[in-house]
Amino acid sequence: MTTPTRWRALTRHHLFWPVAVLVALLLVNVPFTPGFFAIHMTNGHLYGSLVSIVLFGSPLILVAVGMTLVIATGGIDLSVGAVVAITGALTCSYISDQADQNSLSGVFLAMGIGLVAAVVCGLWNGFLVARMGIQPIIATLIIMVAGRGVAQLITDGQIITINSDPYQLIGGGYWLTLPFSIFVVAAVVAVTVALTRRTALGLLVEAVGGNAEASRLVGIRSRRIKIMVYVFCALCAGIAGLMISSNTSAADGNNAGLWIELDAILAVVIGGTSLLGGRFSIGGTVIGALVIQTLTTTIYTIGVPTQTNLVFKAAVVIVVCLLQSPKFRAKVFGARARSAAPAEPAAVADAAPKMEVS
Amino acid sequence: MSATTRTPTTPESRTASRSARLLGDRRLPVLVTAGLFLAMYIAGLGRYQNYGFGEPQVFLNLFIDNSYLLVAAVGATFVIMSGGIDLSVGSVIGFTTMLTAWLVEDVGLPLLLVVPISLGVGAFGGFLMGYVIHNFEIQPFIVTLAGLFLFRGLCLVISKESIAITDSAVSTLAETRIPLGLGDLSIGAVVALVVLGVAFYVLHYTRFGRRVYAIGGNEQSALLMGLPLGGTKIAVYTMSGFCSALAGLLFMLYIQSGDPLHAVGMELDAIAAVVIGGTLLTGGSGYVLGTLFGVLVLGLIKSIIQFEGTLSSWWTKIATGVLLCAFILVQRAMTARKKT
Repeated sequence: MTTPTRWRALTRHHLFWPVAVLVALLLVNVPFTPGFFAIHMTNGHLYGSLVSIVLFGSPLILVAVGMTLVIATGGIDLSVGAVVAITGALTCSYISDQADQNSLSGVFLAMGIGLVAAVVCGLWNGFLVARMGIQPIIATLIIMVAGRGVAQLITDGQIITINSDPYQLIGGGYWLTLPFSIFVVAAVVAVTVALTRRTALGLLVEAVGGNAEASRLVGIRSRRIKIMVYVFCALCAGIAGLMISSNTSAADGNNAGLWIELDAILAVVIGGTSLLGGRFSIGGTVIGALVIQTLTTTIYTIGVPTQTNLVFKAAVVIVVCLLQSPKFRAKVFGARARSAAPAEPAAVADAAPKMEVS
Repeated sequence: MSATTRTPTTPESRTASRSARLLGDRRLPVLVTAGLFLAMYIAGLGRYQNYGFGEPQVFLNLFIDNSYLLVAAVGATFVIMSGGIDLSVGSVIGFTTMLTAWLVEDVGLPLLLVVPISLGVGAFGGFLMGYVIHNFEIQPFIVTLAGLFLFRGLCLVISKESIAITDSAVSTLAETRIPLGLGDLSIGAVVALVVLGVAFYVLHYTRFGRRVYAIGGNEQSALLMGLPLGGTKIAVYTMSGFCSALAGLLFMLYIQSGDPLHAVGMELDAIAAVVIGGTLLTGGSGYVLGTLFGVLVLGLIKSIIQFEGTLSSWWTKIATGVLLCAFILVQRAMTARKKT
């Protein structure tokens, strides 16, 4: 009697399906790579498939965490890929101009400049969305289109390579036997969770996403919250930009962070955050990003031609979205649908806010 | 003018100043874009006259070099007018170049057979996306995002390498020029202009066009009025898929190869052209001719950068972004005006 109820409670938990997918994907690897879960120590660094999934997934997790809050307010940020490129380009070009690329102060200053540029992008997005009232997709489209041009302008269309040991630590270095980027990601996620779940901030974000006008009327400064989440999202993208450029020791204005906005949105959706806004799950997003990275890794390791990667991703997007769609569930899992059928007007009412978003 | 595009005359707007009334005019964005195009063209004439900018062929080349973008943007206009968005445009274009190149070169089918197959595949892809969007009430943004991944992935499934097209039928078509007295046009440009004409007729003079406007204006009201919501929406995405595939064929003619990375990000160019052309991204308002001017402005930026010589290609992206921003703000000012 208790086992089924407990099982039901477990499957109803919002992280159940993302975790189940992640575990299933990880298990798929075992027959193909016998030592998939093995982690071994070489030269004081931990190596293994699991470590590399987290390492390569780090920038995506960062971007996706920022994106989660934006989506929670009912928005979307398409500019993160361009922000990644701009931050990387600025930082690398500043470092490469220095006489001593290994000087710590120079590297910190360069990173500061890169992150300030990211914050400026975020402020601009937030200004357009919150002050000017422009649809988020469109407002952030501007930087998405122009940002890569700006990044190429900064790097003069070249790929700037740098040779700086301190800078390389962020994306490619190790600390306490683990890749340093894991610590950066852990810190950002911890701060985000603390701020949104230990303070009222998360509630306010959800309130704004649920109904911006209503939340304004009850006294929430919804505009300020919106600007804040766009700045936060851009900052996360900026840190991801540092990580990506540091990992490759190069800044490529054209290709750095290409498609990352799409992967990030995908991660958020897999994590169970509704694109309509109003609720979010940081934990789900982290797992969603890991699912995507694991999917990529799995495709590599089981020997499926890597070019089918995108087809798999498309399949995942569709399956996840269909499972989240109440209408699809009603049509496919018919039994429950018939009992829900009298609630048809309610479904229409539910559909109304969707149109604003789309 | 369709019924939904007339601005109601409120007492306030009657007393409002002339400039305010002008701001409320829905044709304003199109006029601004057309004016911008003219201004840029005249500025170009002044600056590069000695380099042959004034030759009619330079103007006609705008149509030749942007024929595929025009067709794709016309498809996107319908989707955006209906209040949706289609992110799969660039991928479908890339996939079409790949599919046709593969069918013509590696499979050896005649071009006459390949063209309908490609168009059919594109239209079917659009139909599927529209079907999912309507029937399962998933946002167009995310469904067409899946389409973007899917078609780009299918490109790569066909081949990782680009396929050069050496088929004689293709090169004959690509090289055919239609003389126009002062200059000539390519087949692609003529097809694009025909598509534009058909779209103009369909959107502004048929029942279907009015439904698109109505759904974009207010989906709930359109539904309550008894308009066939699902059919129209699915048709719009099918058309967009068809236009993307046709754009892919024109792109294939223009560039005479199939490549898995062809037209990456072209959906953004198409959306930018539509926005710069004055179509409201919320749907329900805009003109196909505006899209033409949007495409011409983007094309002219590219030409000017070529003529300038010292400017690098990334200035195209920056200029597009700045223009996009300016026009979005103009739109915003206009819609804010309308609400009061």
